[in-house]
Amino acid sequence: MSRVTFTHISKRYADGTQAIVDLSLSVADGELLVLLGPSGCGKSTLLRMLAGLESPSGGEIRIDDMVVNDLDPQQRNIAMVFQNYALYPHMSVRQNLAFPLKMQRLRRRAIEERVRTVAERLSLLELLDKQPKALSGGQRQRVAMGRALVREPKVFLMDEPLSNLDAELRLQIRQDIARLQRDTGITTLYVTHDQVEAMTLGQRILVLKHGVVQQLGSAHELYARPANTFVAGFIGSPGMNIFETPVRRDERGYAVEIADRSLSLRDSGYTDEDLTPLVGKTVQAGVRPEALRLVTSNGEGVPGFVVTLSGVERLGHEVIVHFPAINRAGDSQAAHSVRLAYQDTLQIGDDVSLSLEVKDLYLFDPSGNALHRGDR
Amino acid sequence: MHRKRLWNVLDYLLLSATAMLFIAPVLFMVAGSLKPDARVLSEMDSLRAVLPAEIDWQNYRDVFARIPFGRYLWNSALINGLIVGLGLIVNALAAYALARLSWRGRTVILAGVLALLIIPFEAIAVPLFYQLSALGWRNDYLVQVFPFVANPLAIYLFYSFFLGLPRELEEAARVDGAGILRAFFVIVIPNAKPVFATVAIVTFLLYWGMYLWPLLMTVDDGVRPLPLAIATFYTLPPVQWGDILAFGVMMVLPVLVIFIAFQPWFVRGVATTGIK
Repeated sequence: MSRVTFTHISKRYADGTQAIVDLSLSVADGELLVLLGPSGCGKSTLLRMLAGLESPSGGEIRIDDMVVNDLDPQQRNIAMVFQNYALYPHMSVRQNLAFPLKMQRLRRRAIEERVRTVAERLSLLELLDKQPKALSGGQRQRVAMGRALVREPKVFLMDEPLSNLDAELRLQIRQDIARLQRDTGITTLYVTHDQVEAMTLGQRILVLKHGVVQQLGSAHELYARPANTFVAGFIGSPGMNIFETPVRRDERGYAVEIADRSLSLRDSGYTDEDLTPLVGKTVQAGVRPEALRLVTSNGEGVPGFVVTLSGVERLGHEVIVHFPAINRAGDSQAAHSVRLAYQDTLQIGDDVSLSLEVKDLYLFDPSGNALHRGDR
Repeated sequence: MHRKRLWNVLDYLLLSATAMLFIAPVLFMVAGSLKPDARVLSEMDSLRAVLPAEIDWQNYRDVFARIPFGRYLWNSALINGLIVGLGLIVNALAAYALARLSWRGRTVILAGVLALLIIPFEAIAVPLFYQLSALGWRNDYLVQVFPFVANPLAIYLFYSFFLGLPRELEEAARVDGAGILRAFFVIVIPNAKPVFATVAIVTFLLYWGMYLWPLLMTVDDGVRPLPLAIATFYTLPPVQWGDILAFGVMMVLPVLVIFIAFQPWFVRGVATTGIK
C-alpha cells in the first residue's frame, strides 16, 4: 500500500520537447487516479517516469517516503500494463504470468500457487498453456493484467490498456479493472485520452495539456466547474460550446452577446465584482450542449438565436445536432453542438431557434481561465 | 495456345542454359574429383567433364596422404567457430547498446561502425600485421580469431533488427524485475533468433575462405586453415588437378551442411532484417 508524490517534476527530451512542466501531485494510498489529456500531453511520460523508464529532468518522485528518481525500474516494485500488452511472445501464458515472480526468485511452489490464484481470478485457467499469439485481444489484455497483479506491486500503472479493444469489450474490462482495483486496494495511475473512461474509472482525474496540469478533481468537479476553456471543451461529449463575446454594461446591467442577441447577466450568478473588470473586453462564454434548448414554433421557451443545422446525429435515445461556430475567431472547434431528446424531424439545413438560461452560462476571462462563481 | 507453349519452351531453355553456366564449375569440381588425374583436363571439352565414366575415390585418398587434411579442417573449424561464436555475443551486445541504451557519443560510434563497412580488409591488413606483430601475436589461433570477432556488418544487422523489436517487451521485463542484461538475454535473444542465424552464416561464409591473413600471420601447418592447405597443391609438384578438386569438395561440404541446417531461419532472417 503506497502513496506516490511528484514534486516539481519536469521533463525535457534531448530534442528540446518539454513533455512535463513543473508538475506536483500526490496520489493517496489505494487511490485510482486517471491521467487524462490529448495525445502528446505528457501523460504517458509521467507514467514512464514513475516506472523508471524515463528519468525526470528536474524534481523528485517518491513512493511512500522513498525518493525513487535514481532507482532502476526493477527496484521500484511497480507493475505496468502496456497499451500493446507487451506479452513475451516466446513464453506461454503461464510463463508470462510467472516471469515477475521468477525475477523475485520465489520458490517454484510459491510461483505455481500465485499464478494459479491470479489465473483463477481473471478466468485464465484454460489459457495457461497457450502462446500469446493464439489469444484474442481481450484475452491478451487479461493476461497483461494478470502479469501485473501476480506480484502484488506497490503501484499499478496502466497506459491506455483498453485502447486496442472493441467498444463492447472495453466497457466490460473497464468494469473489471474498477472492481479489481477496489478489491486489491493497490494505488493505481491510469492513463487515457478517453474522457468517458476517465470519468467512469477515476476517483480523481488529472487533466494535462502540453505537460501542464489543467485541473485535478473528481469527474463531477471537472464537469460542473471546469477550470478553463480547455477542460470545458475536453470534458463532456460533446464538449462545452464556447462563444467569444464582449462584456457590455448598460442601464439594465451587465450583458454578453451570443449570435447578435444580447443576454443579460443579471441572474447568471456572477457578481458585479467579477464582471466589472471585464467590461469592454472580449471574454469566452460557454454553454454545455445539454443546456441549449430548442424553441418550438408555438413560442414556448425564452426567445433565442437562430442557427442552421450542419449535422444531425441520431443516437436512439437522443439527437446531437451541430451548427457552424459563431462568435469565434479561428479555433479548432469548427462546430457547436446541442444535445436533444430523440426526435426524427430535424434535418441538415433546417433553421432552428435555440435558447439558453443565463444560469447555465460559464464565463472565462480573455486568457481562458474560469471566472469563479459562488453558487457552483 | 501453340505460340504460348513454344515461348514457354524457349523460356525454359534459356533459363536452363543460364543455370548451367553457374552450376557447371561446381559439377566440374565434383566430377573431376572422382576421376583419375590424367582425365580431368583431357576431358575438359566433352560432356565427360561433368559426367565421369566411373567413380574413383583415389583423389580423396591422395589428399589425406599428401597433407594432414584433418588437422587443417580442425584448425578451420576452430578458428571459424570462435569467430562466429564470440562474434555473436560481442556484436549483439554492441548493437544492443547502440540500438537501445542512451549514452554520450552513441551517434558518432554508430556512424563509425557504418563507415567501417566500406573499408576492405586488404586495406588494413598490413597495418594490422605490424600492430599485432608488435604485440608478439604470430603463428597461433588467437591472431586468426581476435581481429575478426567485432564485425561492423554483424553489428549493423543486429542493430537494425533490434530497432524493429517492440521496445515495450524490454520495458515490461524491466518493470517486471529484470536488469538490462537479464532483459537482453531472457527477452531479446529468444525473439531475435532469425538475426542470430543470419549473422552466424554471413560471418562463417566471410571467413571460411580467408587466405591473405593466415598467410601473413602463420608459418606452422599446425595452426593453418584449409585455404592455405589447398595452396600447397599448387606449389608442390606435380600439380594434380584431381587432388585439388577433391580438396575443394571437402572444403565446401561443411559450409553446405551448415547452410542447409540454418536455412529456414536464415531466409526468415533476411526477410525481416532491416525491413521492420
